[in-house]
Amino acid sequence: MTRAVLALARRALRNVLRRPQFVAPLVVFPSLMLAANVGGLSRTTSLPGFPTDVHGFLDFQLAAAITQSLLLGGVSAGIAVALEIEGGFFDRLLAAPIPRIAIVLGRLAATSVIAVAQVAYFLALGLIFGAQIRAGIPGALLVAAIGALAGTGFGALGVMLALRARSASTVQGIFPLVFVVLFVSSAFFPRQLLQSPARQIARYNPLSYLADGMRDPIIHTVRATPVLDGFAAAAGIAAVAIALSVLALRGRLGDT
Amino acid sequence: MPPAIQAVGLEREFKGGVKAVAGIDIEVAAGEVYGFLGPNGAGKTTTVRMLVTLLRPTGGSATVAGFDVATRPADVRRQIGVALQEAALDPLMTGRELIELQATLHGIPPRQVAARGRELIERVGLANAQDRRVGTYSGGMRRRLDLAMALIHSPSVLFLDEPTTGLDPVSRVTLWDEVRRLKADGTTVFLTTQYLEEADQLADRLGIISGGLLVAEGTPSALKAEVGSPHLDVRLAGTDSLAAAREALGRFGLVRPTSDPCRVSVAVPDGASAIAPVVRALDDAGVLIASLDVVEPTLDDVFLAKTGERLADDAAAA
Repeated sequence: MTRAVLALARRALRNVLRRPQFVAPLVVFPSLMLAANVGGLSRTTSLPGFPTDVHGFLDFQLAAAITQSLLLGGVSAGIAVALEIEGGFFDRLLAAPIPRIAIVLGRLAATSVIAVAQVAYFLALGLIFGAQIRAGIPGALLVAAIGALAGTGFGALGVMLALRARSASTVQGIFPLVFVVLFVSSAFFPRQLLQSPARQIARYNPLSYLADGMRDPIIHTVRATPVLDGFAAAAGIAAVAIALSVLALRGRLGDT
Repeated sequence: MPPAIQAVGLEREFKGGVKAVAGIDIEVAAGEVYGFLGPNGAGKTTTVRMLVTLLRPTGGSATVAGFDVATRPADVRRQIGVALQEAALDPLMTGRELIELQATLHGIPPRQVAARGRELIERVGLANAQDRRVGTYSGGMRRRLDLAMALIHSPSVLFLDEPTTGLDPVSRVTLWDEVRRLKADGTTVFLTTQYLEEADQLADRLGIISGGLLVAEGTPSALKAEVGSPHLDVRLAGTDSLAAAREALGRFGLVRPTSDPCRVSVAVPDGASAIAPVVRALDDAGVLIASLDVVEPTLDDVFLAKTGERLADDAAAA
């Protein structure tokens, strides 16, 4: 099964590179949002309640941009699978003598590699424009690890939607709802600056812990609690989403 | 030798109570080319999808290469090659990448993947296009690549679902040649088609499906013989000798009525061998002949007799 997963992951990665119209939004939209936020809202750092030890608003916003990009990676994975279903290629994979879960795992393996690249892109972008990664290379590796896990989870959500909807346009239509969840998290602003009910929602929103977990090695030296919380949130999202996508695959095989 | 494919009371009912396949029995011997003929929506593809384990039967049972499709689907998939309708290929990949992926998924050892891929790409005449993305391939090239991929692991049973639909005549004939070659190699081929000529040319035996039911089965010649004997279609040089022609032809068999006053049709069980005596008889009767054709019953006649509709019109519309 490992060989099949690796072969399918390689194919998915190659196809991502060959479809620039799918890759570009993963970085372009979050980069523009990052630029707009940093350019227009940088005085947020002066607000009472904003952490005083942050080097700059760009440093703070990097985790938000990464989270946003990873969510878009999930959409992209979902659309890719939906297109395979629509075009019949998914059936070809189902007709191959491999465990069918390998089809999902191959896609998710590719998504996790792409997630690491997305994290690397935003960290590099931040460094170019003056941000600092306080925890250094180990901190960057921690961000990449949390990002890879979260990216896998978002990819699994996209795959689950694709298997249920079987239509790329439906995936494209439904997935942005996830972004609503991002805006009621502490990804863009510290939780203490949010108003009710957003503050209460953010408290229970796993994306808050995910973004905070990736942010902490950037704005501080490595601290166990937020990083572990970030890992836990990413792992939780990944575990639930992978389970849902496997159930969706079983459902599809049962229906078809 | 056990049958390569066997279905007993195979059924598939979809949500909403639509029964696409309503209980069919099929038995295909090893090495046989079995043509599965029917119009759009008859249940051909649903049957194939059940046999290749892409669709669970809701009733009956089926075995392929000796394995039950419901309880041993993985074993079935190891034994079969599948070229589904519309040649579902990834347009972003090159022919070589696709065939090598297929080889990997079918467990061909890594060291043999490239060589096996190259062998099949060459066999289907795509060596010059193997490094081009499949999105740039013509319909015929895609079908040939699809076939090569289905053959990557030398399957004992090959399913071809409408492999020539939409192809130009040259590509169609190329694919037919490949099917004949596979048969010569001993591969069992389950071929669905809506083209009568294709079924006639390739199939050892035919099953005709209509409304989810198998309405006829047999060799093409036996099925055609079931619906009647060949007949001679005689076009006369003028209408004044019609009565004499009818009288002369009446000695050979049943004279069929025609709406054309210059045409007489007579059933001739011996087919073409009846031409010479018929010409002599007409000559003796002083009848001038404009043209004369031996008309064999066609599979469309079979289809009409078995289902009450013509398949040729449906296929032409497809």
